[in-house]
Amino acid sequence: MKNYISSYCKIKNGTVIVNNNEVFRSEANDLKSVVKEIYRSIKPGYAKFFKMDDISKLGFIAAELMLKDTNLKNRYNDSEIGIVLSNSSSTIVTDSEFQDTIQDNNNYFPSPAIFVYTLPNIMIGEISIRHKFQGENAFFLNEKFDSIFISNYVNSLINNGKIKACLTGWVEYSENGYEALIYLVEQDGNTEHTEENINIIYNK
Amino acid sequence: MSYVYLESDNIISSLGFTTNENIDKLSKAEGGITLLDDKELFTERFPVSMINRNTLLKRIENTNLSDEYTLLEKIIILSVKDALKNSAADISSEKTAIVLSTTKGNIDLLDKSISDKYPKDRVLLWSLAETIAKYFNNPNKPVVVSNACISGVMAINIGADLINTEQYNNAVIIGADIVSKFVVSGFQSFKSVSQEPCKPFDSERVGLTLGEACGTLILTNKPSDNNCNIVYAGGATANDANHISGPSRTGEGSFIAINKAIKESGINAGEIDYISAHGTATPYNDEMESIAISRVEMESVPVNSLKGYWGHTLGAAGLIETIAMAHTMRNNILFKTLGYSTHGVSKNINVITETGNSEVKNALKMASGFGGCNAALILKKLDK
Repeated sequence: MKNYISSYCKIKNGTVIVNNNEVFRSEANDLKSVVKEIYRSIKPGYAKFFKMDDISKLGFIAAELMLKDTNLKNRYNDSEIGIVLSNSSSTIVTDSEFQDTIQDNNNYFPSPAIFVYTLPNIMIGEISIRHKFQGENAFFLNEKFDSIFISNYVNSLINNGKIKACLTGWVEYSENGYEALIYLVEQDGNTEHTEENINIIYNK
Repeated sequence: MSYVYLESDNIISSLGFTTNENIDKLSKAEGGITLLDDKELFTERFPVSMINRNTLLKRIENTNLSDEYTLLEKIIILSVKDALKNSAADISSEKTAIVLSTTKGNIDLLDKSISDKYPKDRVLLWSLAETIAKYFNNPNKPVVVSNACISGVMAINIGADLINTEQYNNAVIIGADIVSKFVVSGFQSFKSVSQEPCKPFDSERVGLTLGEACGTLILTNKPSDNNCNIVYAGGATANDANHISGPSRTGEGSFIAINKAIKESGINAGEIDYISAHGTATPYNDEMESIAISRVEMESVPVNSLKGYWGHTLGAAGLIETIAMAHTMRNNILFKTLGYSTHGVSKNINVITETGNSEVKNALKMASGFGGCNAALILKKLDK
């Protein structure tokens, strides 16, 4: 069975591309400023955003932009929409922030508000809450974006009937930089969900 | 009809270094939770389920594992080696996948006292998995799943999918997490840790007990032993879409995951004769699971939680509990829920209070975790 990529959002080096169109450009170098600027430009009016760690904000914003014109919720039930994401560094920036609060027993102040974000799938939880997606979840770790593995896995979930649509991609953040590609896989569309087509949008 | 068989396994935990040692303790209702006073881990004495360090060091020495490997990597290597002893799977084959489930992997390497002893990227989960794959000369890119406390169940679902889609013939599924200052301080800050050994489903439960473990489960489409009769029947995950650090009050995600797993398995819900719950012993988790079990009309099915034996071993939990579930099915033995005495959830679920024999043909494993995630998997016993 063939599946299709019906929408995507790529965020890298301050540039935001949605379905081949550059929709925003930030001059800021750091992720914290970039996601704040994008948030202000799209105004989702979602107060929970400000509690998230920076990598969750990146995934959240990319999902927000990618989903904008997809009309997804009117076409599927909540449990038919899954989220499968991946990255290289898990939540290493937030992990390091939490480690700083426990490194020294004389200066020990671990915070649950930071600790909860030391799991990469919390980003999936945040996107699920925002859009009420209740289908399959998975967060995978690969050194580099693995379009072969991820397309096989998502196609299998759709082909064996567990979900009908899947928000898929790569959301990475470490001291070396940030990068997000989030795209939608469905059973209908124009761009076939193949390794080659995924790599084309990944390299935008 | 081709099946995915559960061929061989190992568990390293507070209860021992082989599956048999662990199952022997479960059969005798002996748990591995002790009070630990270790200022390196936590400022106060706290209950925890730890792998015996003296025995571990001896085994590491006997296996000639050098200090180029981290503590967690050494435990994983010992576990995989033991599981391979009873398997025909060739781990160095390109048709054998390695799937690793872990929440925090080598997170202890972030601590300044140890961080300069290993390459910087070893704290990253794919690097941990590649270290293991390289040790066993496995030529494939390992699959690493880190999805909070459902990772262990998911790793089995994913491994079965890799075989069912004919990408691989065998899958070596590993689930591992160690007790680190990082994890202990985090859960303590959440105030979700009990001051006493945890009491799943009990009226006086106040929180979880942390633990560490490594499980290895070898899945194959061609078992070497004709007596191998426990097979993977189905699995699924779902999200509550409700809260990032608390479960749904209605058990919605768990309900969806169980129903999808049952649908895939082709088994009727009424044919499930044992449930291995997540049962962390936090007030919200256990209540949520009781509601989910009630909603799928399995209130009368015998259910236990094994957290009273092993504690909550995070990325290992779903895996070692599924290995125990397969043992329950092979030997028709149901383990009591250690720590449970007075019913403490709103639904009248059938919590197992005495260890004893009962025929089990089809069993359900449940798991839930931070991020609102839920997983279910179903195992089936074939007629010999």
